[in-house]
Amino acid sequence: MPANIEKRPSPEELLRRVQAEERQARRGKLKVFLGYASRVGKSFRMLDEGRRRKERGEDVVVGAIQFPLTPDLEALMEKLERVPTLKETYGGREYEVMDTAAIFRRHPRVLLVDELAYDNPPGTRNPKRWQDVDNILDNGISVITAVNLQHIEEQQDAVERITGKRARQTVPERFLRSADQIVLVDAALDDMMQRAGSREPVDVQRLSELRELALLLAADVIDDQLLNYLRSNGVEQRWGTQERILVCMTPRSDAGAMLRSGRRNADRFHGTLLVCYVRQSGLSGKDRETMDANLALALELEAEVHVLDGADAIAAIMRFAREQRVTQIFVGHSAPDRWKEFWARSPVDRLIQAARDIDIRIFPHPQTR
Amino acid sequence: MSDSASSLKTDAVGGTRKGRLKIFLGYAAGVGKTYQMLDEAQELRRKGVDVVVGYFEPHGRQDTIAKTEGLEFIPRRKIEYRGSVFEEMDVDAVLRRGPAVCLVDEFAHTNVPGCAGLKRWEDVQALLNAGIDVLTTLNVQHLESLNDEVWHITGVRVRETVPDWVVDAADEVVLVDLTAEALQNRLHRGVVYTADKAKKAMENFFTESNLTALRELALRHTAHEVEGRLSDLAAKARRAPAARPGAEPPVRHERILICLTERPSSAVLIRRGKRVADYLHADCLAVHVERSPNRRDDERKAALEKHLTFARNLHIDTHVLHGANVARTIVDFARQQNITQIYLGRSGASSLSKLMGSTVHRVVRLARDREITVVAERFR
Repeated sequence: MPANIEKRPSPEELLRRVQAEERQARRGKLKVFLGYASRVGKSFRMLDEGRRRKERGEDVVVGAIQFPLTPDLEALMEKLERVPTLKETYGGREYEVMDTAAIFRRHPRVLLVDELAYDNPPGTRNPKRWQDVDNILDNGISVITAVNLQHIEEQQDAVERITGKRARQTVPERFLRSADQIVLVDAALDDMMQRAGSREPVDVQRLSELRELALLLAADVIDDQLLNYLRSNGVEQRWGTQERILVCMTPRSDAGAMLRSGRRNADRFHGTLLVCYVRQSGLSGKDRETMDANLALALELEAEVHVLDGADAIAAIMRFAREQRVTQIFVGHSAPDRWKEFWARSPVDRLIQAARDIDIRIFPHPQTR
Repeated sequence: MSDSASSLKTDAVGGTRKGRLKIFLGYAAGVGKTYQMLDEAQELRRKGVDVVVGYFEPHGRQDTIAKTEGLEFIPRRKIEYRGSVFEEMDVDAVLRRGPAVCLVDEFAHTNVPGCAGLKRWEDVQALLNAGIDVLTTLNVQHLESLNDEVWHITGVRVRETVPDWVVDAADEVVLVDLTAEALQNRLHRGVVYTADKAKKAMENFFTESNLTALRELALRHTAHEVEGRLSDLAAKARRAPAARPGAEPPVRHERILICLTERPSSAVLIRRGKRVADYLHADCLAVHVERSPNRRDDERKAALEKHLTFARNLHIDTHVLHGANVARTIVDFARQQNITQIYLGRSGASSLSKLMGSTVHRVVRLARDREITVVAERFR
């Protein structure tokens, strides 16, 4: 439940916060180039940024790069200093491990790290390259790195649905979200086809689905950053960047239709589906059963479910909707009324009146559908 | 552009191939759209493709100007208007020259009166119809469907807009991404604008929160464009795109009806209804009900006509009906047209007492079997 009351922090908590802030201030900055497939040009963008920074006088060094290099990458590498990786063999496989000790001795201001999703061989200090990067950041060195959507741990189910396989080497999404900056490296499908050449067939549908996922992941990360920025600057949250749909459930409304439509709308808009109901006392056994079934459906549809309290249900819904930056409220028609109620004020009327800055979508009552 | 790619989306019109349109989409001036477009033009030139520049806006940016080296420019057309001389793309000259690929900067630009096309995107249509491939640049805030969102975020009402169908019809939309911080650094270094203009820009439009929000819109819109092409593809291949478990397939075809009045808020209503229709792949209709056919009120009629034209420009099917009972006429029309969702403005229902008895109130009561959306007033 969102609470407006901020608890006064204890002295220990305050100290912990200050220490965390200090650690954060000492830590290097992380910038990630996110791509949707190999050959979109992530490594190029990364090295090109390194070159430009170096030309502007920044101390930039390459910590890891994937060989063999294409001619355009080779041209960029000629302009950049490199700390060679350590070649290790384990189980008959060749590994290229970032030489963190040499990097710490050289201690550049900015380190370029290609292929963030890389497993180090057993026996290395960190099993994963992103953990090496984490240590490097803690030592006050900024890192610019590149990674593909297919290698994000939390995206593996979606990736498998699209490509039929999961990535062996992954980076947790939280590490991506902890980045100070994320840049999406987009490429048109015609360019991807050209880069693949004639020998390799290009699955346009597969590439498009991965591209869509990458764009949306980047949008989500940026939305988090926007909210943090607005909060830390005391700016009121605003409407506009994302569709957020709130389905209001009551025991009598056709929650199934509303929830399914809400899910479909949220998916189409790449938005968020929220569900709320205002706690009521004295529900009949049958009503409670319906509510439980509706809640189960809401959870199955991966909605965020919130229980609200308040004597005035409309006021509680509106308060919650504004807090959550809701753009559309879905609500059921009031039960079919007797004719004389044509002029009566129904809860739906009150909601329409109250929600002047939010769209209200009213759904047919099950008995009239 | 490769030959294999042209099989993605081809329109053969009377034997001549329609040109391919590629849009470099950004979220603000200075993110590097024109640079990337020129980079691609240079690549094409190296491969021996016949590429020309139809219109290029240098903005005094040295990096960008350097990128045009060796490219052929079609001289601009000079047009005198109200005592000043303006320069626009010379569409006829480009057509006479007949290149394989033409670069046209700033897709959303409005031409000075006296040009063949009102808008540059209309000039681009002429090039495409002549079989010329076009590379162009566009910022997300110029999309018609996002006009209210952009106003809400930035406080700026963008006047130069491009209807979404024009962008949806492009063969490729590529996002040119840059962090807001990097863009602000560019402004500081004077790469984008001159020093005093840059300072003013950063105090107004180019604030970190504005830029971040616009950037998010650009990412989401590009995802929407990718998704649109994907569903065209899936429809062709009869292969459903990956669906979320639990979400049922669409059970019915959605048809959205927007109820227009002469009120200024109708513009918001049209954009909102059309945006939802586009995202749901729904049909979109608009209706206006005239209460008395002989009522003479020229001002009101002109306002209404403006909204109807606006709706038609967005490819909305418009209808004007007559009926003494507005709500009844709307609901009857909705039933007859198999409308699934009715979109209404708040029509000044600012207080509960005004809402009671209003068209909104009546339609909600009469159309219990339809979905009804009462569209928000977008405040700032």
